[in-house]
Order: sequence, then C-alpha cells, then structure tokens
Amino acid sequence: PQQTAFLLRKQWTLYSVTPLYRFSGARLRDYGRLLGAFIAAEKQKGLAGGGGVELDIKVAVSSLPDLRGSDQDQAAVLVQLSSRSSASRKNSEEKLLWSGWFCCVSGDDLSERVPEDFTCLPLFLANGADSYTSIVGSWFQKTFDCCFRRLAISPLNLSWMAAMWTGCKVDKTASALELVFSVPSLPQPLDILYAIHPEDAKDLWDTVQKTPGEITQEEVDVFMDCLYSHFHRHFKIRLSATKLVKVSTAIASAHCDGFIKFLQSQYLTGVLMLLTELAISQIQ
Amino acid sequence: MQRRQSSKTPKQPLQGHHENQTDLSAWRKGGRIDPGKSVQNIQSPNDQKNDSKQDSLEQALSYFAKVQDRVSLKNNSVLQKHLTTVESIALQRGLPPEGFDVLLNVALSGKLADTVNTRLLKSLVPASVIPETSVISSVSWLCVSKCSGNIQLLFLRWLITVFDFIDRKEQLHALYGFFFSFLQDEKMCPYVCHLLYLLTRKESVKPFRIRRLLDLQAKMGMQSHLQALLSLYKLFCPELVTITLPGKMKKWNTQLIIPASSTNKNNLEENREKNHVDLYSTSESFPVEQLQTFPQLLQNIHCLEFPSQMGSVLTNPLLLHYMNCIKDESVYLRLYYWMGQTLQEECTWCVADNNQYEEEFKDFLETVYKTECFLQEGFSSCEEFLYKSLPLWDGFCCRSQILKLVSWIPLSSSSEMKSHLYDPLAQLFFTSSLYFKCSVLETLKELLQNWLNWHMIHLDSEFESEVYSLNTTLSGLVNVVAELIHFVGWISTVALRLENNATFLLYFILDFYETVCDMYLRYNLPLLIMPPAGVFYPALLSMDSVSLNQLCYIMYRYRTNLVAAKENELSKKKTLQFKFSSQIYQEYNQYIIAMVGCLWTSRAFQKDIHPQGLRMDDELLKKTAVQEFRTSFNIVYHPAMMGYAVLFLQQAWPDDTTFDLSLIKGKRWNWYLEYLYAQGLKGLKVFIESSINRVSQASHSKAGNVQV
Repeated sequence: PQQTAFLLRKQWTLYSVTPLYRFSGARLRDYGRLLGAFIAAEKQKGLAGGGGVELDIKVAVSSLPDLRGSDQDQAAVLVQLSSRSSASRKNSEEKLLWSGWFCCVSGDDLSERVPEDFTCLPLFLANGADSYTSIVGSWFQKTFDCCFRRLAISPLNLSWMAAMWTGCKVDKTASALELVFSVPSLPQPLDILYAIHPEDAKDLWDTVQKTPGEITQEEVDVFMDCLYSHFHRHFKIRLSATKLVKVSTAIASAHCDGFIKFLQSQYLTGVLMLLTELAISQIQ
Repeated sequence: MQRRQSSKTPKQPLQGHHENQTDLSAWRKGGRIDPGKSVQNIQSPNDQKNDSKQDSLEQALSYFAKVQDRVSLKNNSVLQKHLTTVESIALQRGLPPEGFDVLLNVALSGKLADTVNTRLLKSLVPASVIPETSVISSVSWLCVSKCSGNIQLLFLRWLITVFDFIDRKEQLHALYGFFFSFLQDEKMCPYVCHLLYLLTRKESVKPFRIRRLLDLQAKMGMQSHLQALLSLYKLFCPELVTITLPGKMKKWNTQLIIPASSTNKNNLEENREKNHVDLYSTSESFPVEQLQTFPQLLQNIHCLEFPSQMGSVLTNPLLLHYMNCIKDESVYLRLYYWMGQTLQEECTWCVADNNQYEEEFKDFLETVYKTECFLQEGFSSCEEFLYKSLPLWDGFCCRSQILKLVSWIPLSSSSEMKSHLYDPLAQLFFTSSLYFKCSVLETLKELLQNWLNWHMIHLDSEFESEVYSLNTTLSGLVNVVAELIHFVGWISTVALRLENNATFLLYFILDFYETVCDMYLRYNLPLLIMPPAGVFYPALLSMDSVSLNQLCYIMYRYRTNLVAAKENELSKKKTLQFKFSSQIYQEYNQYIIAMVGCLWTSRAFQKDIHPQGLRMDDELLKKTAVQEFRTSFNIVYHPAMMGYAVLFLQQAWPDDTTFDLSLIKGKRWNWYLEYLYAQGLKGLKVFIESSINRVSQASHSKAGNVQV
C-alpha cells in the first residue's frame, strides 16, 4: 500500500499490450539503461519535442511485486522518466516527467495460453506527455515485439464499474457517484452530469444485488434503469438514449476514451482486475 | 558546442583569410583530444609520422588556398595528391578547424570541377569544432550561386550533419532569413526545412514566415518536411499557427521494415562473465539484416534468428521460407499477435477516424494476401479479423482485398463459419450489385479450392499418423465443405431469381460447380453434391450456349465421379467409411433424364418428374401454339442452339433460304453434331458421348440414355 500510494489520484491513460517476447523480470536495470540510451538517441534526432532547455532524462525501471492477482501473474513493472535540468546541476532536483507501468491482475486467461518465452502484462497505464509515451512504447515494441493499443471502455463496461464500485464499502465519507453522459448529434454537444448521493446509490445497489460477491448483467441493468427513470421523472430526459462517457465514484473514476484515476488503494487490485480483463479481451 | 581550450598555447581566433596558415602548428602542439592531457615534448615516432602528415596537410591546404580556376583533376597529379591527402587525414582523424575555411571556399566557389568539390565536401569531417565564420562565408558563397545546384544541396546536407559541431551559432541564427529564402527552390526545400528546424527559436517564428510556409504547402501539397517545420512553429507559438496538423503521420505502432540492427538476441543476451550487456552480439548467429539471397539462407539456416519485430517478415520471401521450416510456436504467436492487433487497429471501417488511411490499409491487406499466397495457407489472426469486421463491412471499402483474404480462411472443423462468415456475406450478397455477387461467388470458389488443396496435402500425413482417427477428422471436414457448398447453392438460387438468370452470374455459379463435381476424383474427398434445381434448370434452359455447354461438362464429370465411386464400392471387400447414398444417384438420374429429354429425345415435357422440373401437361403445351410440340425441343430447337442450327443449314445448303430445321435428322443429325463439336462445344460433346447410348446411327429417336 505504501509503495503504491503514488499511483493514486493521477490520471492514467490505458493501453492493452500483447505478450512480451523474451522479457525477463530480472533484467530491469539493463532495460532501464537501454531505454535511456534510446531516448537520448531519439532526442538527438529531434523527435522528442522541440526547443527549450536540454533535458537530461534518467530512466528507472523497477518492479512492483504487490500489484498482482495471484502468484501466476507477472509482477507489475514500473518505468519512470525523470529529468535533471542540465543548467542547474548543483540542485540536481529530479522532476518526474513521465511514468508508466505494466501490470497483470488475474490474467490467467491469457497467461495460460502462451508458451514460456512470453510474459503477459496486458495492461499498460501511462501518465505524462504523449511524446514520451510514444518513445517508451516504440522501444518496448522494437525490443519485445509487442503491440500497444489504446484501450477504450465501452458504456456497458462503464455501467458495470458504476454498479460494482457503488457496492464497495468506503471508510471515509464517500464522494458522490457521478455519471457523465454525452448527447450526440446536437448542433452544440451537450454533456449531462448526474450526481447521486453515495449512500443513496449504495442503498439502491444493495436492494438490487441478490448474492453478495456476485454481480450479473441483469442486476447492473436494473441498477442503471432505476437511475435513468429517476432522472427521467425529474427532467424528462431519457438517459438511456445517450452515451455514458464517464463514471466517478469514491473508488475510482473511469472515462470511455481510456482514462482511469485510482482513488482508494484498498480497491486498487480490484479495479486492476477488471481493467486487465478488458485489456485481454482486446488482445484476443 | 563549447570550444575546447588548450592549456598550453592560447589559440588565436581564426581569421577568415585563407592565407593565414600559422595556426596549424599551434593546433598541432595544443593536443586535440583531451585538453587535460599533457603534451609530450619528446617527439616519438608516432609524433614524427603525425608531423609528416601534418606537413602534407598544410601543403594541401595552402595549395587549395591558392589554386586558380579550372584546374582539371584528370591530368593534374598535384591536385590529386593534395585531394587524397585531405581525404585520408579527414577520415583518419578529422580536419582541424582552420582547414574548413579554405576547403569550403574552394568547394563552393566553383573554381574546380564538381567531382573535386564533391570529394572535398564529403571529407569535411571535423576533428573538434567547425568555426562559425567558415560556415558564414560559405553561406555567402551559396547566395552567390557560383557552384552547381548539386554542390549546394550537398553543402546543405553536410551542414545539417555537422550542425552540432559548429562552435557558435549566434551569427548563424542571424542568417535565419537567408536560409528561409532558399525555401523557394524546390530541390533545396527539404534540406532547408531541416536546417531551419534545427535553427528555429521562438524569435524566428514570424507571421509572414508562417504564411510563406502555408503558401508553399498549398502549392506543393502535404510535404512532411514542411509539416514538421510548421509543427515546430506551432509548438513555439501556438496562437499564431491556427491550422490543424495531422496528429501523427506515421502511427508509431506499425512496423513493416527490418531496421538496421534488429535481432532480439543482440540487445539482451547477457554476457555473464563481463556482467554487462553486450550490445553487438558476436555469437555465431547470422545477422538477419544481411540476408539477401537464397543460397545465404541455406548456408545459415541453422544459426539464423528472426528480427526483433516479426511483422517485418511479411515482405521478406527468404524469411518466409525460413518461417515455414521452423516449428517454434513462439514465432507464430508473435506474428499472430502483431497481425491481429494491427489489422484491428488500422481497420478503416471498425475504428472511427481511420477513413483517411484507406489507401495504406488497402496496401497492408494486399501485403497480407500476397504472403498468404506465398505460404499457401491463411493466418488465423486474419481469419479472426475477418469474422470481427465482416458484420460491419459495407462491401465497398477495400473490397477486392477483403474478398481475396476470405478465400484463404483455413479449413477447420469448427462450426462457426455460418454465423461468422456466411450470415454477414449473405446479407451483403443479396443487397449488392451483380458484380459484387459474382466476386463473392468467385471468392467462395477459391475458398473451396484452397480447402480441397489443403485436404489433399494433409491426406497422406493423416493416414500415417495414428493420433487422429480417420472418422472424426474426415467427417468433420466433409461436413464443413458440404456446408459451404449448400450455402453457395442457396445464394445462387436466390441470386439467379434476383438477377433474372443473368448469363454473367450463371457463368460464375457453374464455375463453382465445376470444382464441386470433381471433388471425389480430383481431390479425393468423398463428397458428392448436385447443384440445386434452382441452378440446374436455369442453366438447362438458358438462352446462351456457353451455360449449356458448361452444364453438360459438369454433368459429365458428375457421371464419371459417380461411376468411379460405385466401382470402388463394389470392388472393395471391406466397408468404406463413406458410401454415397442412393439419394445422390437418384438426384443425378432425375437431372439426367431431364437433360437428355431436353437435348436429345424431345421428351422434355413428359418425363421430368422433378418438383421444379419441366413436366407440363399436353393441354398447357397446346396453348403455346407450337406445332408438334412433342418433338420440338432438342439440340436443334433449343433456344441456345437454334442459332447453330441455322448456321449449320446455311453452311450445308447455302442456296436454300427456307430454314427448315426439321431437315436435320438421320445422317444430317450426325453432321450437325460434328458441326457443333467443331464450334467448341466440348462439354456437349463429352456429355453426349458419355450419357447417350446410340442404338443405331440412323435413327435418333430410338436413342436411349444410360442410368447409373
């Protein structure tokens, strides 16, 4: 939990990654060095953003052994790019420029199917400038013959997340359940933010869910329908005809374009398990 | 770049004057590599050699400083000697800063021939730094255009390459406008853009420059170098550059070329003794990027490694050969993941915003198809992509590529084909044009042929291996093939009605059945399926002879296959796995009766008992007002053949103008037959010869037919 505190409250961009060929968890420092050299070379070519002060980029690749579902999962791998401004070498403040991490939580579906040469880390999360994401991604693709793809979250999956996360117990005062809907084909695009008091939402969910620990599609549908009909009663707008684009709870917040923010470390693995499942379905 | 100060002798700033040669010795004593290193006062033999080299360089430089116009290289050994000196010293250790002034002046002033200038420019390798003044003076030469265009381009390229070695750049920045004006020269434009990219600072971005770039872009179209410069301008002054530039011109996650050094193993093999990463592997593996010829492949096949990104093998026939021999699952899995992800990511109708990349996607699909043809088998990632994307396909985008890929779907015993392939195809098929229908039929014919070929190839291996029991494998395959054929029969029937029995369509349908009829004998697959009535009768009654001829050929082949099957059945003592049911024979017989009735015995309307057949009551026939309707339908009177009959009469009796078709009987009937065969109706020929038993040559009415 201590280790992973820095992962919270940051917006991460989601990617799915195909299995890495000949990746070794024991060689992380070598990878860091090679990646650093690659980044330096790309900067020389002028590809990593122009102008400005010459930045010395330091690469650190490390492992996050706690972030996994079972022992069969590969431990998460964290890549961090920090800068040391060459002008103020005395200070040697390291500013964290970019971080990205690979992880796999309960990815047995995938890891059981691949031979030993391959390492399954199907979920990748990145925070920082896109230019760095593309450089780091290119290096991994060239070195381990994998493919990165942006992972979008469908409205169906978002509604699952809303239902699941509403049912989670939170110690402190929870924040509201917020749903953002986008209304298409209007002259000016319209976004509707629907905020529900967390206790009301939890009560509703508790009445819908029959078996604790299990969730069915029907229960999610009922939950969402209740919310929609409540909204319709007050505003005469049918939210079911709009597109659900963002879900925010005390646990986490997710956006359909593939962004996630973790807010509670206790449920981190749970959310990652769901995201891993989504990533795997995009790969197969 | 900081100028390195020598600790021993103070360096004098170099004058632009090419006659000043004194600083060369200062350079020599100063120690050029490590400023901190102390200079040896005793001259070692190495130093002596260096000295002599140094002298020759000095001489060369002074020669170039003083050389006059128009000295040709060919006959001038002095020039050659000095030129070689400069080149060799440049390549060995680089030229001193003072040398650049002289050499640049000579190269760019057009005094000497282009061959000399080129060699000079190519040997301008700096040992330490390049003085800014020499660059400035060369730019002024550039403006005067004394040298040829090629030399100007070469100079620009050189400048870009050694940009980081120029000691100061303030004056160079001041010349930004001069460089900018060179953009109008089309040939220089890309290089100037690159140079400007290196020189641009926030102050350089001015509205008139932006407008100029946009004008150029409008004139020359989207050029990557212009866009790069505009992107840089936008980075500095986003408020001034308001146009939207395409986000990424080349997506960073597609890779189809083998980079210069690409083996996985190189980067990551650990050298345990030395405990550091060996970046350039010196093990025995043959570097894959050097693989150029087939003999090389054969020689090195035991130590070849695949490139780090499997996608690059698609366009490399040698590596494809190698892939065929390898039994390593990882290789296929890597390719599977890469191809699957790339196909899905780049699909222009599955992902929004991808429409603009249709041409590239089409090329990619074409490449995949060509690779499948080369390997003679389909990729499973491609198959999955088709299943995912066909339901969303409009039948128009990348049509021929998608259909070609469909023909390579591998044969498998799974029963997903219906929902994944047949349903979406049928939807598109029924609502599309005639040409699309024909394309789909051709695709399905090729699919069938690929499956049959695959079956033939694997037949031997399956008989030998005892792992697969013949029952399950073969029957599963037979079912899948049968399902395909029934599907085609169904859509063909409907299509013929929709298109009003168009001949063009009928041709493709019969082409398909030409493959189907011969499955037993040609491909050793124990399956026989007759065409449905909705295909048979339109073909039999078609208005053109091509379809009729095709049908005759197909029925002849059916007969041959059925006869062979029956013989095998009767001759083999042990029971065969597959016996053709009597239903097949009955079906065949029904058709053959109808055909012979139509073509030969003129008994078309009486005997055909098929529910969709030709049987018609006499009362109905009388209403047609055709006299002698009982004998008025055979090879002579068939609408497809009547033309031939008329021509035959014309040939045989040129004087007779009454086209009395009833003349064709008896002996003339045989002549007529010969005439038809000569017209290329080979199908008709084999059909008649095989299926019709001539009792006597004289009377055609007694001819019977052979039932199987």
